[in-house]
Amino acid sequence: MDFILGVALLIVFQLLGEITVILFALPVSGPVVGLVLLLVTLIIRGRVGKQLKAASTTLLGHLSLLFVPAGVGLMLHYQLLAKEWLAISVALVIGTVIMLVSTAAIMSLTTRLFSKGQPHEH
Amino acid sequence: MSIDERLAAVWLLIQSSPLTGLGLTLLVYCLAMKLYKESGHNPLINPVIVSVLIIIATLIITDTSYQQYFTGGELIHFLLGPATVSLAVPLYMQLHRIKKLLLPILITLVSSVFIGCFSAIYIADWLGASLATQISIAPKSVTTPVAMGISENIGGIVSLTAGLAVTTGVIGAILGTKIFSLMAIKDDSIKGIAMGLTSHGIGTARAFQVSDQMGAFSGLAMAITAFTTAFMLPWILSLAGFL
Repeated sequence: MDFILGVALLIVFQLLGEITVILFALPVSGPVVGLVLLLVTLIIRGRVGKQLKAASTTLLGHLSLLFVPAGVGLMLHYQLLAKEWLAISVALVIGTVIMLVSTAAIMSLTTRLFSKGQPHEH
Repeated sequence: MSIDERLAAVWLLIQSSPLTGLGLTLLVYCLAMKLYKESGHNPLINPVIVSVLIIIATLIITDTSYQQYFTGGELIHFLLGPATVSLAVPLYMQLHRIKKLLLPILITLVSSVFIGCFSAIYIADWLGASLATQISIAPKSVTTPVAMGISENIGGIVSLTAGLAVTTGVIGAILGTKIFSLMAIKDDSIKGIAMGLTSHGIGTARAFQVSDQMGAFSGLAMAITAFTTAFMLPWILSLAGFL
């Protein structure tokens, strides 16, 4: 029961997200706005119920599965991929390496920078 | 009705019923997870990419179209929405850690949106990819359902973006931990942020295997970069003259 109620809550928040997107003509998708709305609700409420915990643990535990159907969609672009596979694969691999290295470096640097300054804030 | 006609009707049912796409996806995923576990969690045997390859091969061999497959696949794809919303839970649980790192996270986030989209676009352009491909590749580091929405907004090929985002997720999940250890980064919160900004949900799934802390920070990074990219990317691309 906990799991079902948790999923129901998630769906309600996704729906609220979709509604907000239309009302305010946001360029973001409904689930992301739903995430923000749920996070704000949890912060105001000050705790997570066991229902939401059960639903999120299960869904996030199998997150990889949910990406499979979209991944299979690559087969639709067989011709484009056959023609541009080199550019696309190099862009993805090198682009991903650049992202991993630069974000890890910037995050380390700024963390060190701001944690040094922290004692003065107290 | 002759027996041949009945067999043809059965084959049509198998090809077009949602049961087939759904059952195939679940079975293949379980097989891929088993392979992944037996390989000792070797990142190269990533369950998403193994599943995708096996399913594509099956569809090609049986002459089944993606549309026929997706009548069942859609039922799983649909759960990406609630799963995205559910990221609010681990985010909330890690809030005290996140608050301490607010400024570093924000700085890294904004730089990553620029670095991520331009590195991919310019490499693709340099190697002769078409403009449609360049635009479709720009939101590659955003979680798939959101990347698809962004792609639609900026005039990319939506299903191509979905596939490229999944591939980016897999590449990051494979290379991430290796790169972090080469860079001698030990802090799980830093690793998590870099993983989530680069490889969204698939990287987050990998991060949760390392530790709950890395997973939560990766989930956070995935959520905020989805939000930020959705707002920034159309604006950045039009300033850079792509739209």
